[in-house]
Amino acid sequence: MSFKFTEENLARIEESKKKYPTSLAAIMDTIYIAQEQNKYISQEVMEEIANVLQVKPVDVLGVVHFYTMYYTKPMGKYHIQVCTNVSCMLRGAYEIWEQVKNKLGIDNMGVTQDGKFSLEEVECMGACGYAPMIAINEDYYENLTKEKVNQILDSLK
Amino acid sequence: MENIKIVLPDIPNLDKWDVYLANGGFEGAKKAFSKTPDEIIDIVKKSGLRGRGGAAFLTGLKWSFMPKTTDKPKYLCVNGDESEPGSFKDRQIFEYNPFQLIEGILITCYAIGANVAYLYIRGEYHKWIKLMQKALDEAYSHGYIGSRMKDTFGIDFSCDIYIHKGAGAYICGEESSLMNSIEGIRPYPRVKPPFPAQKGLWGNPTTINNVETITNVPVIINKGWEWYSSIGAQKHPGTLLFGVSGHVNKPGVYELPTGILLTDLIYNYAGGVPNNKKIKCVIPGGSSMPPLRGDKIEGVKMDAESLKEVGSAIGTGGVIVMDEDTNLVKVLARITKFYYHESCGQCTPCREGTGWMLKTLNRILRDEGTSEDLDLLISVANNIEGNTVCALGDAAAWPVKFMIDRFRDEFEKYVKRNVVIPVPNKVHSMRETAIPLEGIKK
Ligand SMILES: Cc1cc2nc3c(=O)[nH]c(=O)nc-3n(C[C@H](O)[C@H](O)[C@H](O)COP(=O)(O)O)c2cc1C
Ligand code: SF4
Ligand code: FES
Repeated sequence: MSFKFTEENLARIEESKKKYPTSLAAIMDTIYIAQEQNKYISQEVMEEIANVLQVKPVDVLGVVHFYTMYYTKPMGKYHIQVCTNVSCMLRGAYEIWEQVKNKLGIDNMGVTQDGKFSLEEVECMGACGYAPMIAINEDYYENLTKEKVNQILDSLK
Repeated sequence: MENIKIVLPDIPNLDKWDVYLANGGFEGAKKAFSKTPDEIIDIVKKSGLRGRGGAAFLTGLKWSFMPKTTDKPKYLCVNGDESEPGSFKDRQIFEYNPFQLIEGILITCYAIGANVAYLYIRGEYHKWIKLMQKALDEAYSHGYIGSRMKDTFGIDFSCDIYIHKGAGAYICGEESSLMNSIEGIRPYPRVKPPFPAQKGLWGNPTTINNVETITNVPVIINKGWEWYSSIGAQKHPGTLLFGVSGHVNKPGVYELPTGILLTDLIYNYAGGVPNNKKIKCVIPGGSSMPPLRGDKIEGVKMDAESLKEVGSAIGTGGVIVMDEDTNLVKVLARITKFYYHESCGQCTPCREGTGWMLKTLNRILRDEGTSEDLDLLISVANNIEGNTVCALGDAAAWPVKFMIDRFRDEFEKYVKRNVVIPVPNKVHSMRETAIPLEGIKK
């Protein structure tokens, strides 16, 4: 059961490589593509990335572990990120954080048993003027109140 | 004078190609391409444009460091990492004025002799990356970028622009870390010198500028340096995107001339403080800049020179306002937690010092602090500052030093003078032992 990129994704990786003079530089795009396909970056996924880009597996490992947006374990279908940095904190981010935590019954980097939700406390997301905010997968939700957060979470299928 | 908008003009739908062209789009580029690269650099130098990414370095001067005679490829990196807490301005450019950024990139590449530009955008900005890619595709399809530039502009110059998507690491905003991130290696900042203009991306001459900086360029070329340099503060001219957040009634991004009064920005534009509370503290330029006391902001002007005079800095123009009820120990602990989390771990003073400061602040929050702790914090901060590979060390040290120095009374209230607890000095690794911010979570 080893990991292989789909044909379509291999083509996307080739596109990414065209942006740079070295194939190593396409590593971040490639990890994203792998994460999209496999949901998280396992050991064998890293090996296949190294194989496809013709780089050393340890180069992939070093990059995967450096960034917070690459996950080495499966996260939920809906990944909830709550910013608690200073601008958000001043406008009630910790109350939002506690509320989401209690509602989902999981802590930082936890995943609900049904695999539907995962939770992450994140650093500033560049939405400070619209605080407090959360992000779910790729979308930002801003100017939140506890009620709004509840509604948003309840609306997710 | 307050109505001058350079980066985010009040034109609806400016993110549409036709609207941008109808409003003088690419006029700056056309003008630029009729001049020599040296002439462009000279205009930008005379305009007095200073970088909007943090250090307010003179943009034209930076460009002039690029070697003229080299057979190596040259690069431009445009910094849209935007991860400094309190800063949320560049995303407005991606969303409302992407073509002016593209035009600025073309002019800058022409001036420094680069044929490839990488636009680095933080990975969390999925939406804004898509918007920016759409704008790039559109400009490509009209022949304004890439190999068809020769036909469009009638010049022997072409330029490709690629987006490089980050993946969640504040340190990648630091210029040399950003280059390592693009190269695909672990993004530790590099030791300088050599500077990027000598040895940048893949060892080649490289210039790095912030998104807002570059977006100013087309208008400077179009309207002339005399016009630009007459706006705002003399030594730091132009407008700035001020992102105001925290305890204000109307947080948001305001484009205003540099040199505007901080009180004007907070009370007239950002709508003042909710419930008419007093201001206790203002951070004028993003979380790493030295904070100002609320009772000392009268008359403070928002430009690099004026803020230096009052012991702070303009940074990214991200103004964070805190009202009289704010607990500054918690704020400082939260800020320090950020730098602890984001330290890349390469240098010992930064890696260990940020964790040590966080532990000490947590102890103070637990009511277990002593008055020695305040001096300890300042001493640790002093030992980080200036002793590290990159400026994240300074960024972590300044809030601690200046917050305690300027709000000593507030911190004194927390520390018990009678008990002396020995300072823990345990060595820990970076990622596994993340210290929770106990005091802040209720
Ligand atoms: C830790 C750290 C993070 C930084 N983050 C950013 C950033 O997100 N965006 C940015 O433009 N500059 C950032 N900078 C400053 C850049 O290193 C660089 O000075 C800047 O992009 C230069 O552009 P400018 O001359 O147009 O200001 C950061 C610096 C440090 C030390
Ligand atoms: S100062 Fe901190 S972030 Fe910068 S290189 Fe050193 S350890 Fe890394
Ligand atoms: S502090 Fe939360 S988005 Fe910036």
